Amino acid sequence: MFLIPDAVVRFFHRMASPPHFYAFTEKLMPWLVTIFVLLTAAGLYGGLVLAPPDYQQGDSYRIIYIHVPSAWMSLFIYMVMAAAGGIGLVWRIKLAEVVAISSAPIGASFTFIALVTGSLWGKPMWGTWWVWDARLTSELILLFLYLGVIGLYGAIDDKRVASKAIAILALVGVVNIPIIHYSVEWWNTLHQGPTVTKMDKPSIHVTMLVPLLLMALSFKMYYVIAMLQRARVELLQRERNAQWVKNRFLEKQS
Amino acid sequence: MTFNSFAEFLAMGGYAFYVWGSYGLTLIVLLANIIIPIWQRKQLLRSLSLKQQRSK
Repeated sequence: MFLIPDAVVRFFHRMASPPHFYAFTEKLMPWLVTIFVLLTAAGLYGGLVLAPPDYQQGDSYRIIYIHVPSAWMSLFIYMVMAAAGGIGLVWRIKLAEVVAISSAPIGASFTFIALVTGSLWGKPMWGTWWVWDARLTSELILLFLYLGVIGLYGAIDDKRVASKAIAILALVGVVNIPIIHYSVEWWNTLHQGPTVTKMDKPSIHVTMLVPLLLMALSFKMYYVIAMLQRARVELLQRERNAQWVKNRFLEKQS
Repeated sequence: MTFNSFAEFLAMGGYAFYVWGSYGLTLIVLLANIIIPIWQRKQLLRSLSLKQQRSK
């Protein structure tokens, strides 16, 4: 540990302790919400008001400002969930287990949003709500993986055992992530290829790109907020017999 | 500014249903993810204090 400063090590030790995590995230929340509101306001204004219509798709393309960030989040959250699950599996850190399960419903929500907004975009542009193309199908499998994680966790009463089970399921499901990402390159699909991640020369104008990136950051911030809120409840639930929970919530009422 | 009036903004070049449908649905799903944990927390704290009262 000689490469990592003592202060950093101490920070992570403290954060892994449930009462500290609970108190720290409570203080952090107003800042996170402020950043989220600013990013969202700027992103929506830029995307819906300032950005010009697309030369081929008119104003329908404005769905991109939620569709693409949601799709990115669906993959990002899955990786966080699998990584946290893996950490929980190996080191049995309670907080990692809590982060893993708290991420699942939010990841499922973003996957659902990506699928439905894609459908609402596909209807006027492709003339169909749905096709069984590689990108759409692999994203639908991602939704089922999330739902599987949530269902499996709910089915096992001992939450430490449940956390092990969902970590294994999440880690196995990681195989789907590169499939989703490269599906538009590996297979000839109806879904268009990447427009932004071609870093050398993104095929999107800067007036459209900036709001898109702002919305991506906004959704990332939303994930942090929503995940922490769920994690706090999950932690209380698991630690309901611990002294710190009793001190914090029960003694005052008596 | 790409729209000349608020009505034009709402019309979204004829794609109002698809564009606002997408944004509306996203709003509902994201709001639900904020409200559900608040509700769960209330439930949990209520059941905890009930249990404490019973044990006295």
